[in-house]
Amino acid sequence: MEKALKKYSPLFVIPTFAAFVIGFIIPFAEGLYLSFCQFTTVKNAKWVGIANYQRAFADESFTNALGFTVSYAVVSIVVINVIALGLALLLTRKLKGTNIFRTIFFMPNLIGGIVLGYIWQILINCVLSIVGEPLLALNETAGYWGLIILTAWQQIGYMMIIYIAGLQNVPGELLEAAEIDGANAITTLLKVKIPMIMSSITICVFLTLTNSFKLFDQNLALTAGDPKHMTEMLALNIYNTFYARAGAQWKGLGQAKAVIFCILVIAISMIQLKATRSKEVQQ
Amino acid sequence: MKKRLMALALTAAVGATALTGCGSNQTAATTAAPATEAAKTETTVAPATEAAPAADGSVYYLNFKPEQDQQWQDLAKAYTEETGVPVTVVTAASGEYETTLMSEMGKSSAPTLFQVNGPVGLANWTDYCYDLAGTDIYNELTSEGFALKDGDAVKGIAYVVESYGIITNKSLLEKAGYTVEEIDSFEDLKKVAEDITARKDELGFAAFSSAGMDGSSDWRFKTHLANLPIYFEYQADGIGATDAIKGTYLDNYKNIWDLYINNSTCEPADLAAKTGDDSRNEFLAGEAVFFQNGSWEYGNLTGEGKFTDDDLAMIPIYVGVGDEANQGLCTGTENYWCVNAEAEEADIQATLDFMAWCVTSEEGTNAMANEMGFVIPFKNAVESPNLFVKQDVAYTNAGKLPVSWNFPTMPSEEWKNGVGQALTAYAADQTDANWAEVVTAFVEGWATEYALANPQ
Repeated sequence: MEKALKKYSPLFVIPTFAAFVIGFIIPFAEGLYLSFCQFTTVKNAKWVGIANYQRAFADESFTNALGFTVSYAVVSIVVINVIALGLALLLTRKLKGTNIFRTIFFMPNLIGGIVLGYIWQILINCVLSIVGEPLLALNETAGYWGLIILTAWQQIGYMMIIYIAGLQNVPGELLEAAEIDGANAITTLLKVKIPMIMSSITICVFLTLTNSFKLFDQNLALTAGDPKHMTEMLALNIYNTFYARAGAQWKGLGQAKAVIFCILVIAISMIQLKATRSKEVQQ
Repeated sequence: MKKRLMALALTAAVGATALTGCGSNQTAATTAAPATEAAKTETTVAPATEAAPAADGSVYYLNFKPEQDQQWQDLAKAYTEETGVPVTVVTAASGEYETTLMSEMGKSSAPTLFQVNGPVGLANWTDYCYDLAGTDIYNELTSEGFALKDGDAVKGIAYVVESYGIITNKSLLEKAGYTVEEIDSFEDLKKVAEDITARKDELGFAAFSSAGMDGSSDWRFKTHLANLPIYFEYQADGIGATDAIKGTYLDNYKNIWDLYINNSTCEPADLAAKTGDDSRNEFLAGEAVFFQNGSWEYGNLTGEGKFTDDDLAMIPIYVGVGDEANQGLCTGTENYWCVNAEAEEADIQATLDFMAWCVTSEEGTNAMANEMGFVIPFKNAVESPNLFVKQDVAYTNAGKLPVSWNFPTMPSEEWKNGVGQALTAYAADQTDANWAEVVTAFVEGWATEYALANPQ
């Protein structure tokens, strides 16, 4: 069997590997090259060295977008993970109808970001109009919290499923032993359950962290960066630099921003993985 | 043996899945452009018979006007049936033209026919524009003025002339006790609008349909309405473009904007979220007398269950500057056809033939006038049944001077967005400080954006 696997493994790997090279490696390398160029279409690019990177770091809209993204990421990671874990704890208690609740909480995750963005835009605008506040297009604070509510609503169900799976894997003997030793619910949660589900936490934090940084469709649909680019996140800023601006001088700049963005996301998620992995326990 | 077979079958399945993406391109060789964005519509017409290929090139037209998508598809089909030359028409979603064009131009099967909006748009694409001097289509133009030139080279050809103004529901206006003939200055318009607002509850309708500042509608104000102060400033200074606008007539811009937002179907603060459809639907439902828009809206406003020509009129946008009694509609173009110079020789020829056919053949001119409702600046043009277009001709014949389109000289989209944002904020909270923001976005924004768009 093993011999057969070895023999045929290239056959299985090659198509996917080829797709990976064609769909990812080559465009990535080309993108990296283009970030050092000035161009209108990718076919005729002119090498300009690191000028694009210098402009990217000097561009205030980019640094503002970075600030906004970070403040959004911090809050949304906490909100999503705390609520998702709370729901997971509730829904592993063998209550009646847990399956129905799990399904309902998971459902928002099945709707696309653009659709969600427009639905929430209408909802939030209605509320703002009733309470007499400026609508989303003019209201930075509402845009910020709107984004957090939207993405929390969308992602909590998904993270909840991962936490439920983790909680169900906590051995019954451990919980029983803790109970016999006189541990109350909170101590059990902090000293037994959470250490035992560290691997789920690693995954969930990783997912919410990268999702927050890469957030694009929800941002585009809900606020489109209004007012005055104040609710523009990194991905949308890159998109706007590249597409909303006419002229060769903007394309390479957008490309350079994209490369910086990519490195940033990889670096942050690597640090996070390392930090939470070290707390995982082997069962 | 069985296992080996299974392994092979699985491999084949994986391979097939991975290659599906590439496969669709090969099977449909005539499909020039894969439609990636859902908002785009596309039809490819295969040659009817292989026996009659007039040329071996093909045409790929990236259309700017979503309103006329179906008509272009039909016209392309008719051309293919007649000549055997495949024509692909792809329409970019509203507001996405530059984006779509940019990604399509990067492909190996790039559009052969695309469009720019004027000198500012041309600056971005001039290297890609084929010199149209001496071509059939160029010779068909009724006036040199409709050619977009870069030095001596003819880079673009205007293919439609349009007008905009304030579309008026005559029946409602009469119900309020006025006629269109009574309105020929800003003062008259203001008097009528404010009177209608004062009697809004009794009449059951408002003066203006909502001046929505959603992305689907804000161009009516940040671009088209903003044209008026720019036009009058250019007139006063005797120029046709500038690197720094002075904002001489911004007070007039404020007056007309105040009139729009305070005599509307909704609260000014709600305008931030109102869309183009909202505004049109209000007008169609008889909730408002006035609706600022252009001749391209004709098809949306008339037809079964909608208005007839007798109900409608388009009046000039009066802002209280100049000789208002002799002011006409805003008439011009921001639609220039360009041929992709990087395309294959045969495709360029096919495209030129297609363009010439569109504006000379009976079928082409008919479709452009009657189906699309265009006035085309070519010698063989058929008279358009479009009411607003006819009105523009009538105004001009009566000696009124059309207001030209100067927004192609606006420095960038970002400038328009800045003005739009400030207008929205002002509408929600009408303070002097907020209007000062509009002025800043208009005047200082122009200089900043001009410098960014034209680096030394």
